[in-house]
Amino acid sequence: MCPVKSELEALTAKARGRPRALIQVLQDIQDRFHWLPPEALEHVADALGVPLVQVYGVATFYKAFSLAQQGRHVCTVCLGTACHVRGGDAVLEQFERTLGISAGQTTPDGAYKLERVNCLGACALAPLAVIDGRYHGRMTEAKVEALLAEARKGRDG
Amino acid sequence: MTAYRTHLLVCTGTGCVSCGSFDVRRALEEEVRRRGLDREILVVATGCNGFCERGPIVLVQPEGVLYQRLTPDDVPRLVEEHLIKGRPVTSLMYVPPREREPVPLMKDIEFFKHQRLIVLRNRGRIDPERIDDYIAADGYAAAAKALSEMTPEGIIAEISAAGLRGRGGAGYPTGRKWDAARRAPGEPRYIVCNGDEGDPGAFMDRSVLEADPHAVLEGMIIGARAVGASRGFLYIRNEYPLALARIGMALEQARDYGLIGRNILGTGFDLELEVVRGAGAFVSGEETALLASIEGGRAYPRQRPPYPAERGLWGRPTVINNVETWANVPAIIRRGAAWFAGLGTATSKGTKIFSLVGKIANTGLVEVPMGITLREIIFAIGGGIPDGREFKAVQIGGPSGGCIPKPLLDLAVDYESLKAAGSMMGSGGMIVMDETTCMVDIALYFLRFAEEESCGKCAPCRAGTEAMARLLAKITAGDGTAADLARLESLAASVKQGSLCGLGQTAPNPILTTLRYFRDEYEAHVFDKRCPALVCKALIAFSIDPAACVGCLLCKKACPAGAIDGARKKVHTIDQEACIKCGKCLAVCPPKVRAVRKTTAAAGAEGAAAPPPSGEGR
Repeated sequence: MCPVKSELEALTAKARGRPRALIQVLQDIQDRFHWLPPEALEHVADALGVPLVQVYGVATFYKAFSLAQQGRHVCTVCLGTACHVRGGDAVLEQFERTLGISAGQTTPDGAYKLERVNCLGACALAPLAVIDGRYHGRMTEAKVEALLAEARKGRDG
Repeated sequence: MTAYRTHLLVCTGTGCVSCGSFDVRRALEEEVRRRGLDREILVVATGCNGFCERGPIVLVQPEGVLYQRLTPDDVPRLVEEHLIKGRPVTSLMYVPPREREPVPLMKDIEFFKHQRLIVLRNRGRIDPERIDDYIAADGYAAAAKALSEMTPEGIIAEISAAGLRGRGGAGYPTGRKWDAARRAPGEPRYIVCNGDEGDPGAFMDRSVLEADPHAVLEGMIIGARAVGASRGFLYIRNEYPLALARIGMALEQARDYGLIGRNILGTGFDLELEVVRGAGAFVSGEETALLASIEGGRAYPRQRPPYPAERGLWGRPTVINNVETWANVPAIIRRGAAWFAGLGTATSKGTKIFSLVGKIANTGLVEVPMGITLREIIFAIGGGIPDGREFKAVQIGGPSGGCIPKPLLDLAVDYESLKAAGSMMGSGGMIVMDETTCMVDIALYFLRFAEEESCGKCAPCRAGTEAMARLLAKITAGDGTAADLARLESLAASVKQGSLCGLGQTAPNPILTTLRYFRDEYEAHVFDKRCPALVCKALIAFSIDPAACVGCLLCKKACPAGAIDGARKKVHTIDQEACIKCGKCLAVCPPKVRAVRKTTAAAGAEGAAAPPPSGEGR
């Protein structure tokens, strides 16, 4: 999805000339497009009066930002300590096997993005996976396939 | 105001919400309305109760009956039986591990009995989205007292006398920090709430923000008055959507009530607060890095001194305290320093919130007086280790902390005792481990975390965490040597000394404590090429006991690598070359058969053969 200029205008309007708002503006753009397209970075640099290199520096420093287009379904596997000791790694490996990609990658058809995260603070549910914002606690390898199918049906179908 | 005979308090913390508590709340509301009870019974959504293991939880007041692991299907029966016929439903109540009789009342449940609530006093009692609930529970009385009856010096003296120390980990005296900022030259001054809770396994700040956001705001109003700040920021982790929503709502309501903004409560005092969303970087929890992030840049820490109290945001005096620290402030002002100082140990006053996670029966959040022993927390409150396994260690303080072994279970917990044991209070995450946890693997886990989260500014942390992780990976792969152990120790010492900020300075702690208390496990990996906990993949093997195998094909079908050979009613075998050691065969082998063996190399040592019971019983 390519951002429309007018939309970028709207998202940066309040922050014009305010370098301090850089992270918040990038977050708004990330929320809207699920990634930060190159033209958005340039637009933000202009609007806030911040050098492009600094915008790029911030965008690559924080995990909330993505410089590549995301899959339509985002699968996040938690590998916080509680999930780690309760078998989160095996769950992640099952996602990797089923989707045929490694954590951090998107499937070639653009359907799924696989991510790992270092704790969502819902440790009672460990091991935990989040698919399109829905939390699935006490995960097992056996549940992976059905959840992925459900996600695809939910939004694509 | 309408008076109701019964309140149904539905926990809507992140844990319960993830288990479906919003559906339970909706079902309760519908059922109550359908039965025509909506003038007698009120359904209230509250913050986290702490008993996350048993969510979704509903508390029936005034009786105090606790129902757990509810689904919408349970609701009609609960309403019919308990609320209409007056017969509490025992099958929906909590049954302690290893017991049969349910415990109906919340106050009788061991998990709650030993707790002492100050910061979490309103959890599960009020609707965090309604400021009136907070005010009805004495909320903002302390702010009114601080603004109208106390001088700034008087407030600081009270906080100092109470002995409150920073709950974010380091334990710096809060009163001293405020005093330094008050005296430091420069205007304007700022206050900041550090809600960038990044330690894996810790979620107390999230819970406080979700369950009682006004307590944090009230603490900040008092702090702002004490240091003379008129602007402040709450920096909250992006991964906590519910906490962000609730604090935003609380801020708006407080502004509507004239508790934030201009001329607060007619005292002439002004305070503007703003919520800043973190963007996902563990290092932003470090105070100087967090301030850099609020200023809009990369979260790089910087050299201290000068401390933020002297030169913080935009070079101005800034007080930065953690969520839990701020939430302690109103209670101290309302009830007095002497009351607060009466709780805890000689050096550590009041209470501390711990998150109990990992291999423990009652996962959840507990607030206990300082000085309580680890044994009380883990066994009396936490209900011990599930599945009949043995306690091995508890990891406290996240990636900066350390593993504490069984012989130290009677340690009285405070800032100093944990430090002496090689760990630290940190934010208060306690990860409990049993005999199936490998301590070398855990050290590797934390070092990989530190390596990934190192911001890269200083070399000791950037290169040191990477080198340590590499050595640990080598050891878990079975390729370690005695020289590697020595190198690991010397590297750990260098990184500890040479790093710029707390992240690097404490990153070696998981290695140092596991080497100190579990050296035999390192030696088993290095010299015997064994992993005693049966975790490290390079050192374990799966095999099928021909005497036990019934040839059911279950493991063969489940194996993702196609490594299992066999036919129906014929003994199966595992091709060791093809096996990826995922453990699926062990998980699917029926409990009656138990033919799959998991072993570690050398000396024919055999470990636990039985698969862990999958899925926990209700």
